[in-house]
Amino acid sequence: MAKIKGDILVNVERCKGCEVCITACPSSTIAMSKEVNGKGYHFAMKVNDECTGCMNCAIVCPDGVITVFRGKIE
Amino acid sequence: MEEPFVKTQIRKDENIVYKRTSLLVDRPLSYCPGCGHGVVHRMLMETLEEMGIQDKTIGVSPVGCSVLAYDFMNIDMIGAAHGRAPALATAIKRLWPDKFVFTYQGDGDLAAIGTAETIHACNRGENFTIIFINNGIYGMTGGQMAPTTLPGMRSSTSPYGRNVLTMGHPLKITELIANLPGVNYVTRQAVHTPNHVRKTKKAIRKALEQQKENKGIAFIEVVSNCNSGWKMTPVQSNKWMEENMFPFYPLGDIKVDGKLVQSSEVAK
Repeated sequence: MAKIKGDILVNVERCKGCEVCITACPSSTIAMSKEVNGKGYHFAMKVNDECTGCMNCAIVCPDGVITVFRGKIE
Repeated sequence: MEEPFVKTQIRKDENIVYKRTSLLVDRPLSYCPGCGHGVVHRMLMETLEEMGIQDKTIGVSPVGCSVLAYDFMNIDMIGAAHGRAPALATAIKRLWPDKFVFTYQGDGDLAAIGTAETIHACNRGENFTIIFINNGIYGMTGGQMAPTTLPGMRSSTSPYGRNVLTMGHPLKITELIANLPGVNYVTRQAVHTPNHVRKTKKAIRKALEQQKENKGIAFIEVVSNCNSGWKMTPVQSNKWMEENMFPFYPLGDIKVDGKLVQSSEVAK
């Protein structure tokens, strides 16, 4: 059965680790990484496959670092 | 963790539903983590892109944190002296009435040093859009008390909280100018949750579209956070803003099509 799934791609070097996307995500898909990026910030990353591609994280992201994909998987 | 199967199936160009707009220059924004400026910049640029008017838009950047807005917005921009953005926008709009003109100002710029320019531009009924970011503080210079600082709110120049007996009352400039006859559309929005961001974008679109009809000023106040000035984390500052700023600055439309409306929504 085809299912609609979402995915996000975070521009790691632009993320400032403000965590606003985590509170906006309805499916708890995003968490902060343990590693840091080039500027020393912990960055947002996808930690499970619950993403539905609702775009909430990308819309509230102050730096616009998140690209959202949505598509069918078989 | 991510299944490579899902990743390879979905992460394709044709499946993109949201990406950063190309009208924002591809460089890191100079704002603090979690600052509302970035969201408002992006919503403004997305609106211009959707309306297809990026070649016909002139923006006026203020003095304050967003003084470098011309570095990030890929449209024609001009920098105004502190608080004088409405005066400059008046001149631009009168010289090029067919262009879309907006000013982008903070509360220290619009409600303190630029009060006279703001009020008189609104009262003359000039035909441009004002976007006003209100975080209750002078963010750029280190969190000093601004005219919009709440009673009892701590800032670096009111370390025991704003005392209204000695420091005066906060200025609700949005309600003040809503009463002026030259003003057509006044609204107050926020950008801390996806719902509020979508509403802000709609308000920006409405404000820019009414410039075609020469109806007068459209004024959008965005209540925003200043997590470094308030000495909080971004998520804490958003919560503090909901609990303290929104009761004093209730969200919602204040004037639509030249008629005052009861401000309805107090944010969830």
